[in-house]
Amino acid sequence: MRTDFVVREVATGLRRNVTMTAAMVLTTAISLLMVGTGLLAVKTIDATEAIYSDRLEIRVALTQDVSTADTDCTQPICAGLRSTLENSPLVAGVTYENQQEAYERFQELFAGQSVAELARPQSLPATLRVKLVDQDGSTEAGAAAVKQAMENQVGVRTVIDQRDVVAKLFDFLGGVRNVTFALALVQAVAALMLISNTVQVSAYTRRTEVGVMRLVGATRWYTQLPFLVEAVITGVVGAVLAGVGLLVGKVAFIDSLLAGIAQNGVIPPVTLADVLTVSAYLVPIGAVIAGITGYVTLRLYVKV
Amino acid sequence: MIRLERVTKMYRTSTRPALDRVSVEVGKGEFVFLIGPSGSGKSTFLRLLLREDVPTRGKIWVTDLDVAKLPRRKVPRLRQRIGVVFQDFRLLPNKTVGENVAFALEVIGKSPSTIRKVVPEVLELVGLEGKADRMPHELSGGEQQRVAIARAFVNRPLVLLADEPTGNLDPDTSQDIMLLLERINRTGTTVVMATHDHSIVDSMRRRVVELDMGRVVRDEAHAVYGVGR
Repeated sequence: MRTDFVVREVATGLRRNVTMTAAMVLTTAISLLMVGTGLLAVKTIDATEAIYSDRLEIRVALTQDVSTADTDCTQPICAGLRSTLENSPLVAGVTYENQQEAYERFQELFAGQSVAELARPQSLPATLRVKLVDQDGSTEAGAAAVKQAMENQVGVRTVIDQRDVVAKLFDFLGGVRNVTFALALVQAVAALMLISNTVQVSAYTRRTEVGVMRLVGATRWYTQLPFLVEAVITGVVGAVLAGVGLLVGKVAFIDSLLAGIAQNGVIPPVTLADVLTVSAYLVPIGAVIAGITGYVTLRLYVKV
Repeated sequence: MIRLERVTKMYRTSTRPALDRVSVEVGKGEFVFLIGPSGSGKSTFLRLLLREDVPTRGKIWVTDLDVAKLPRRKVPRLRQRIGVVFQDFRLLPNKTVGENVAFALEVIGKSPSTIRKVVPEVLELVGLEGKADRMPHELSGGEQQRVAIARAFVNRPLVLLADEPTGNLDPDTSQDIMLLLERINRTGTTVVMATHDHSIVDSMRRRVVELDMGRVVRDEAHAVYGVGR
């Protein structure tokens, strides 16, 4: 195979349809950008779940009277609840947070905000903070058991499962991921059709060359490779642009949007390494998809 | 060199076969005119030899290759043994004369050093020495056909097929092209030429295979185009 021949033919082909090539590159870039965004969303969701799975606890908030009277959970009601919890095989540990401690944590959490000034130790409940045993990656069973055992017990005001709060965040992130993937899919179909169409146009504008090549006995590789390489190049360039887009998106948009919550460790930050890894995946994805589309198009529509 | 055994070609769009039980044998180094009115099957004949189409029935041999049964990946091997020239030249308009000829070698993977050596040789053979850097549109019709012949012949094919090669040329230029084809024939290349041109066939006195309605109606050595045609 003469590489200089292929290089020359590809260069001619790409130059000949500049607008088509540009459209193909941009559409590919946008669809891959969305795929990349989806992948980053998945990665963030996974990392967030990992953070919370060992941080999440169930809080059993105690009633006002028990909270005020008992500062170290030694009185019968609280001690009873505590031992019930500790005796469960699904519970990993129980700590008691009295009103003063709750107040301190509250001050820390809402530092600088007006609620911090309004709160008084007496207005906050003492809580039993229950850590659950991780069973096959799930604390579902433990949470249900604790809820069932604690709800409506004497001295218990409410049972708060933190996972319910976080679930909303996960739902939101999952929604973002699904929407991006759906858009990426639509966009990808458009990109595929554009690639296919461009290959056909490219083959048509070069029908004389291809005709001569066939007649003088050029092998399929010689006749088809320039078209395939053209498609793959646009796929790769599109993927690189998508990578650049992700990077720009991270710096210009995600970083400022998530700055607050990421610093507090509420959700993990989208790191530069994540973006680069995803971008690195996009390049072979773009190349392979464009190549396959080009090959199928040549097989089905172009007599070469 | 070329053998057709009871070759029939039906096209789906027509009830009459384009070729009807055609049997022809052409030996090595022969010069054969393929004549007949439009639609008589001359082009189909040439297309089948090139494996642009496969016969509905019958066998075709070109050298030692069973053309109809040739697997797709071996078709290039067949076509590298056959040079083809058309009425409309089919040159690449954006390449020079030299590049047009070189292109035929490039795409079958010949080395640049071979190409540099062979292209000037063949251009000299067809009488275009010194015109390698011209563009096709700067040449006359006869010169363009010489470029096409050079391109068809540069890989030294065993067979040269010419489909109405003088159809677009005036009589004098046509005679020059015929002299060139004769010269190529003398190198041992088998030449099959489809034509309508009475005067050329009459003046050359070569073997004539006449087709009519897809049938061979005449196969005669040292023949003329025909009385009363």
